[in-house]
Amino acid sequence: MSKEVAVKKENDTEKNESINSIIDKLSPIERKVVSHLNLSFKKIVEKSGLEESGVIMALKYLEAKEVLKIETDVKTMIDLGTNGIYYKKKGLPERQLLILLETNNYIPLGEAAKLSKLSDNEFKAALGVLKKKALIGLTNGKISLNAKKEELVKKSLEEQFLDVLPLEKGKLESEQAYAFEQLKDRKDIVELKEEKLIRVQLTELGKQIAGKEITTDLLEEVTPEIIASGKGKKFRHYDVTTSVPEIYGGKKHFVNQSIEYAKKIWTDLGFKEMTGTIADTSFWNFDALFTAQDHPVREIHDTFFLKDINGKLSDKKIVENVKKAHESGVSGSKGWQYSWKEGEALKPLLRTHTTPLSAHTLARLKDKDIPGKFFAVGRCFRNETVDWSHGFEFNQTEGIVVDEKANFRHLLGYLKEFFTKMGYDEVKFYPSYFPYTEPSVEIYGYNKEKKVWIEIGGAGIFRPEVVVPLLGKYVPVLAWGPGFDRVIMDYYKIKDLRELYGNDICALREKKAWIR
Amino acid sequence: MASIKFQRKEFEKHIKLNKEMEEKISMFGTHLESISNDEIELEILPNRPDLFSFQGYVRAFRAFLGKETGLKKYKINSPEKNFKVKIDSSVKNIRPYTTCAIVKNLNFNDEKIKEIIDIQEKLHSTLGRNRKKLAIGVYPLEKISLPIKYEARKPQEIRFIPLEMTEEMNGLQILQRHPTGREYAKLLEGYDKFPVFVDAKGEILSMPPIINSHETGKITLQTKEVFIECSGFDFNILKKTLNIIVIALADMGGKVYAMDLDYGKKEQTPDLSPETMKINIENVNKLLGLSLKEKDLEKLLPRMGYDYVNGKVKVPAWRTDILHEVDIIEDIAIAYGYDKIVPEIQNVSTVGNESIESKMRSKLSEILVGLGLLELSSYHLIKGSEAKTSKVREENRIEVMDSKTEYKILRNNLLVPALRAFSENKDNEYPQNVFEIGTVFSKGNSESGVLERTNLLIAYSPSNFTRLKQTLDYLFKTLDIVYSLKESKKEELIEGRNGAIILGGKEIGYVGEVSPETLNAWNIKMPISVLEISLEDIFNKFR
Repeated sequence: MSKEVAVKKENDTEKNESINSIIDKLSPIERKVVSHLNLSFKKIVEKSGLEESGVIMALKYLEAKEVLKIETDVKTMIDLGTNGIYYKKKGLPERQLLILLETNNYIPLGEAAKLSKLSDNEFKAALGVLKKKALIGLTNGKISLNAKKEELVKKSLEEQFLDVLPLEKGKLESEQAYAFEQLKDRKDIVELKEEKLIRVQLTELGKQIAGKEITTDLLEEVTPEIIASGKGKKFRHYDVTTSVPEIYGGKKHFVNQSIEYAKKIWTDLGFKEMTGTIADTSFWNFDALFTAQDHPVREIHDTFFLKDINGKLSDKKIVENVKKAHESGVSGSKGWQYSWKEGEALKPLLRTHTTPLSAHTLARLKDKDIPGKFFAVGRCFRNETVDWSHGFEFNQTEGIVVDEKANFRHLLGYLKEFFTKMGYDEVKFYPSYFPYTEPSVEIYGYNKEKKVWIEIGGAGIFRPEVVVPLLGKYVPVLAWGPGFDRVIMDYYKIKDLRELYGNDICALREKKAWIR
Repeated sequence: MASIKFQRKEFEKHIKLNKEMEEKISMFGTHLESISNDEIELEILPNRPDLFSFQGYVRAFRAFLGKETGLKKYKINSPEKNFKVKIDSSVKNIRPYTTCAIVKNLNFNDEKIKEIIDIQEKLHSTLGRNRKKLAIGVYPLEKISLPIKYEARKPQEIRFIPLEMTEEMNGLQILQRHPTGREYAKLLEGYDKFPVFVDAKGEILSMPPIINSHETGKITLQTKEVFIECSGFDFNILKKTLNIIVIALADMGGKVYAMDLDYGKKEQTPDLSPETMKINIENVNKLLGLSLKEKDLEKLLPRMGYDYVNGKVKVPAWRTDILHEVDIIEDIAIAYGYDKIVPEIQNVSTVGNESIESKMRSKLSEILVGLGLLELSSYHLIKGSEAKTSKVREENRIEVMDSKTEYKILRNNLLVPALRAFSENKDNEYPQNVFEIGTVFSKGNSESGVLERTNLLIAYSPSNFTRLKQTLDYLFKTLDIVYSLKESKKEELIEGRNGAIILGGKEIGYVGEVSPETLNAWNIKMPISVLEISLEDIFNKFR
């Protein structure tokens, strides 16, 4: 075999294979269409026995298989309007009037109008047309018939035109064009329609398949009978690339997915979860955390205080200790040196951070619980307006490590570990300030995609003025309370904070899973 | 956090900006917020008001870089004749304290005047708690006659032309008509006398903490000598505030003079003598996890503006934030460099544990997601109008004060947020089958006066009672808990198509079809079936 022949043969085999594989994939409706592809669209519909929409769907499938290209021409068609359909059967008003005049020549206008049973408009139109064609005359309010017999029998151009509709507007004979001009402004006799004409342009592949009578024994569905009937069955091949309608599954809220993940990090690191309430007294939210009573954060435009509710404090000893820490200091501190008022501490509020949970935990802690590590993830509140970067609710994660040997390097170690697991490969630490920690630190994480460092949280070691009144002695307490929303927004590439709290069902359905 | 703007050109005379320097500025605890051709903007932490002035910042940061380290010494000249302020006992219950100084040899230009006003404003808004705790006045000495008196007078007896005005006003008129007066009027609310500074000729210099006199309380380019006073409630803070200002003026080339204050008991301000604080190197190393030596402290502490000898630290008299040894330890860490402190994983073994609430929440959502439900997460606050629509009784509403949005009432069920969600998702594809687990609030006997419970809500739309009951059966079967249903009535639900969920004889929730009236009130077009359960008794079974 010469080289060329070999190549050709190879090509042929390839071709046959691709034709066969296409034939195997043809769905029942495609099969019905394929054998008529050489015909016009109209004929395909006729021969295939399918609805027009079925044929279009089949053609689209075939187009996806590169068997053909669908071309559509838009044509302006003239067709009968609602009155046109009626007149075609009953005759145009002018015809009806002529027939009347044949038997009642020379009658008064009013009577003619009545006898003709035409509407006012139709009668006027009929008169106008017949006068214009000089088939009638009008004298002394009476109508006279001027037409000759043969003129009466002959169909007018308009009538002939109605008989042959529909026609394509661009392809009218001159007489038809004249008739159209006469009729187009009369009420609903003719109308224009845009018509899409579908043409099938076969590809090289299509040319080989078109017209083939495809008789196939490929099976459609797996039925119990087929299963029972043994092996060796061949099924029609699907086009696996065809798109299918979307479905939605049940899903945990993406914020809760990320919270569950964060909780897992903490438990993996040996932390016990702290629980507590969202509403608390100012005492636990501020005073126990050495935040002076005139600190700006305690003002009504920063914090949600609760209306008409009175708080109370049951542990008098701790209240005394905290008062002393503020007024004159404890464990070598000078304190804030002012007169501390219990009334201010009683004001109930919505927690502004999760740190009161840590304060409660310290107040409850027994010697046997030390060393101890505790965490929380929870909703916090501040009196804020709402926009893309602000909200009155936010999520925070909290942690404390209570241990004689704990130090600042360990604090940085825990933070680095946590944020690495949260997806920040690089973190940096800067000095910061909180009334209740010293030293304090601000954590920055590197956003790989945006290539920027972003602030992701604050932390520190609790001041003796916080620890001693609550615990009764000084033990280093590493503490952190980074906001959480920024991390979630980073992961989901959310630009508007409101999306975290908005419950847009469409957005929730489409959210990717939190996987770290 | 306060953001401070400095002239870039002036700043760069002392500190040349580049990437490395910018990072150092951040490592000093003062992020560089923005840089333009003319200005730079720094974020200063609220515990360092001594860095608000350009001079103060440059002084501290250059020391941090190792230039001119240690406690900076300033000369305070003894009071000259009549450098006296007499504090009358009438101010005792109004605004009891003042600290004062005189600074000569000044050479103002527009920039410097602006700087002084800026420092004043920053100190007012931070340390001064918006002038409530302290207010500062600076006066051109050439316009006033010493000695000075600080006293309280009836508002009608206070008459002077306030700053930026042309006519004389009395104390009350200032509070009612002058813009600054109106802004700060509440600080003098309830007093029948207002404090004033009066000079030897009887001219009123100012009415703190509101406003200075236009005649005697305005610095101009001609001003070479100034009288400065700080007034307020905490003598200690007032002393430090005065110190921050006078050393900034001293750094501008001013010559600082003390004044004698006569409170009955004699005081003299400004007093720049440093406080001595002991520091234990073991505590330093224990808290920071470092192994610093004496000589390291000798190097590091001066870089934060301290003098250090032999376990004793001399703390600058303008630092307001040093209450305890730990405050100095933080400064040692900053001088050492946060970037040089190596994070370490602690070698301590503890056992981790999730709370039962968390475990149950994630188990429940797992079960419900298995049923194809979508989890919602809503605000804990609802709108006032929603509380009305859903007929939450007035006495059961817990409202927050002065909310900046229409969300102002704590939810006492999850139905309101769910109906809001349905009403906002009208245009999204149905069916919409959802659940939420969250905290709900009611008044009660706790320290905060609020009781909190965790509820579960499940809602299907469109749907009917049967579907919800199927879900309920499935849920309780999966939890291996037996419950029962009892006919019941609930306002939002269709009569005869809702029931109370009973667990151990106790009603823990409801299930039913939402009534067309309720749906209509929420502008919802599709039927909804809903159940809500208080989870406490279910949690208790697993505790």
